Amino acid sequence: MNFLLSPEQIEIQTAVARYLDAECPSTRLHELFDAPDGRADPRLWRGLLDLGVAGLALPEAYGGMGLELVDLALVAETLGSRAAPTPFLGHVIAALAISLAGSEAQKQRWLPGLADGSITATVALAEDGAAWQPEQWRVAAASALTGHKSFVTHAAQADLIVVGLEGGRFGIVRAGADGLSITPQDGIDRTRPCAVLAFDRTPAELLEGGADAAARLCDAALVLAAADAFGGASRCVEMAVDYAKLRRQFGVVIGQFQALKHQLADMATDIEPARGLYWYAAHAWDRLPEQASRSAAQAKAHLADRYLHVARRTVEAHGGIGYTWEFDVQIYLKRAMFDYAWLGVPALHRSRAAALAGW
Amino acid sequence: MDLSYSAESDAFRRDVAAFLKANWDAAAAAAAPDRREREAALRRKAVEHGYLYRGIPRQYGGSEQQPDILKAHIIREEFGKARAPMEIPGVGVQMVVPTLLECGSQWQRDFFVARTLNGEFRWAQGYSEPDAGSDLASVRTSAELVDGHWVINGQKTWSSLAHKAHYMFALVRTDRTARKHAGLSYLLLDLKQPGVTIRPLKQITGDAEFCEVFFDNVRTPQDWIVGAPGEGWAVSKTTLSHERSGFIGSAATSVALFGKLVELARHTMLNGRPAIEDPLVRERLGVLDGYVSAHQYSSYRQFSMAAHGQDAGIAPLMNKLVNTRIADDVAAIARDLIGSSLMLAPPLAGGRGAGNEKWVNQFMGSLGLAIAGGTSNIQRNLIAERGLGLPRDPSNADSAVVNA
Ligand SMILES: Cc1cc2nc3c(=O)[nH]c(=O)nc-3n(C[C@H](O)[C@H](O)[C@H](O)COP(=O)(O)OP(=O)(O)OC[C@H]3O[C@@H](n4cnc5c(N)ncnc54)[C@H](O)[C@@H]3O)c2cc1C
Repeated sequence: MNFLLSPEQIEIQTAVARYLDAECPSTRLHELFDAPDGRADPRLWRGLLDLGVAGLALPEAYGGMGLELVDLALVAETLGSRAAPTPFLGHVIAALAISLAGSEAQKQRWLPGLADGSITATVALAEDGAAWQPEQWRVAAASALTGHKSFVTHAAQADLIVVGLEGGRFGIVRAGADGLSITPQDGIDRTRPCAVLAFDRTPAELLEGGADAAARLCDAALVLAAADAFGGASRCVEMAVDYAKLRRQFGVVIGQFQALKHQLADMATDIEPARGLYWYAAHAWDRLPEQASRSAAQAKAHLADRYLHVARRTVEAHGGIGYTWEFDVQIYLKRAMFDYAWLGVPALHRSRAAALAGW
Repeated sequence: MDLSYSAESDAFRRDVAAFLKANWDAAAAAAAPDRREREAALRRKAVEHGYLYRGIPRQYGGSEQQPDILKAHIIREEFGKARAPMEIPGVGVQMVVPTLLECGSQWQRDFFVARTLNGEFRWAQGYSEPDAGSDLASVRTSAELVDGHWVINGQKTWSSLAHKAHYMFALVRTDRTARKHAGLSYLLLDLKQPGVTIRPLKQITGDAEFCEVFFDNVRTPQDWIVGAPGEGWAVSKTTLSHERSGFIGSAATSVALFGKLVELARHTMLNGRPAIEDPLVRERLGVLDGYVSAHQYSSYRQFSMAAHGQDAGIAPLMNKLVNTRIADDVAAIARDLIGSSLMLAPPLAGGRGAGNEKWVNQFMGSLGLAIAGGTSNIQRNLIAERGLGLPRDPSNADSAVVNA
């Protein structure tokens, strides 16, 4: 048994972390967070694409690197830990959808561009706010789509939108297609601008695969969200601990006060042992298919829940500064709120995990 | 990342399983009047095969195998599956033996180790005193060297199973002038001698497993000290490091406990339906399930790191607190499921009880877990100070050694 990262995996993570630290320090993060128009930084995204993040888990035959979901999740963790504003999640999930459900011709046509990032994509899943599960998708699977999708991230930057359809089918809609309208939502997590999409007889290219591919895709998305949450939560603990070593009150650093020390110890104990949840779920997605859905649901539910909890306590540990817009913590709190609700709240996935465990 | 085992490991697992199949029948042993002898015989054979007491040299009754955390893990799993007895449980094997092997003198090893391993010598841990629990360095029980013997006076308390033990390992003050922990020594002593009074203390559960132990001019030979006088603190730390390394596999207990809780929820009726179908119960179980799985995978990771010679970082410091939290959460859910059974006294001495009373014991036991072996707040101090690097609180500089 070897439940460890390989040197190559550590290398990927380190490369992404180093790049983000150089290109997206706190000041830049705030600039992007506050930018009025979509908050995407094409240069930052381009740099990540050059590191190969978009093609990591796509097959080599289509320009990818042929690695596994774990590798992609490690990148998601790192982006989460830096609260990086990039279209990564939507993009890689859209590409995975095509890789899972596309015909040979469709894969050849779309995947190479998605792998090298010459095309940017996103994915449109939720309907009516909280209908995230494939069984709940109602937009009819046809060559022209009519209906709505909400919480579509980075829709304005996307060249392609992969849309979840009735019966777990997927359709590809191109930017600027007839009858497609994109209305920005006032999202809480400004690193991930969201929009409502309306389709009115909008031309779409149907992917071949059906419900099985959709279920698998949703599992992968849950794992990536869990990894993002783990990264963000770990960073919150780090920020809170670092701050406790600096801030002085009553003549000593606040980290010396046991009440705070114990809160920090509890936060760390909530998060650190939970790293394996997303590792295991990612590994199961590739290697242990009968456990994949349950562990993906469990990882997302637990980590998103704990992220929000820890982010909240991180704000508190920072006192008044934590409650300001200009301090980093607020960005993490809002990503935690996003992660909590995105793809469905923890209660939903816990109940799925329970059913899958046969309780 | 690979959760499977190599062909070599699989072959080893088959050997262990075959050994157990040939030598152990759990169902028959449970009912047999000579159960203890059967267990002892199995242990002897398992030592011959290199399965038990692996880290201990042959001359002391061990099987002297190369350290191999993977093999140790497979052995634990297979013995667990076969419900076969493993090493003799208790502080003797867990704490005294490793301490003697590391810090003891030759005669101490020769005399104590083998007989501790086979269960002939049973031990009690004499660390806590009424005024020195978390603040262990303030123990006051004293030992003075008089004519080749240490003469011990004072009191220990909460000493588990002392009334059934032959010997005690104790932290005592041998130098009153030295600073707090600099004056401590680690002594072994015979509990079966005049001057030793052992009074079992009735515990919260109604059982009496831990004891008060009084010393009135109790004697132990000069060379029954482990390490030099004044080194007691350091010596006791070696023991604890062994005890902690034992926590690597500790998730197994939590996983098993959670499984029993799910069973309880299946069999308990709530509003005319199995409680497990109740959305609120499911949600609470689901939250806990997240923690239990996290703990399990964290132990896979710690185990993999140890097997690859890597430092497991901060996670091992957290295992006790995680275990405690899970046991506490299990208790909280079970409490609501068993309802009025919570008003029944639990079965004593590990008895089973007719109905759900065993969960009453689990509830109280979960509290014991939060105190024994270092309280949860002391664990938090350790995590914060050693793990997160927060500044030490000068008033707890001594909370480094904890009690079992
Ligand atoms: C079932 C059981 C078996 C035991 N077996 C043994 C045994 O075999 N041998 C043995 O020697 N001992 C044994 N003990 C004793 C055990 O180790 C001590 O009870 C434990 O270390 C706590 O010490 P205390 O009881 O003096 O509590 P105290 O130290 O008085 O603690 C009381 C409360 O104060 C808190 N507290 C104390 N100091 C601090 C601090 N610095 N920071 C924050 N909070 C603090 C504690 O967390 C606790 O909540 C056993 C205890 C139990 C419950």
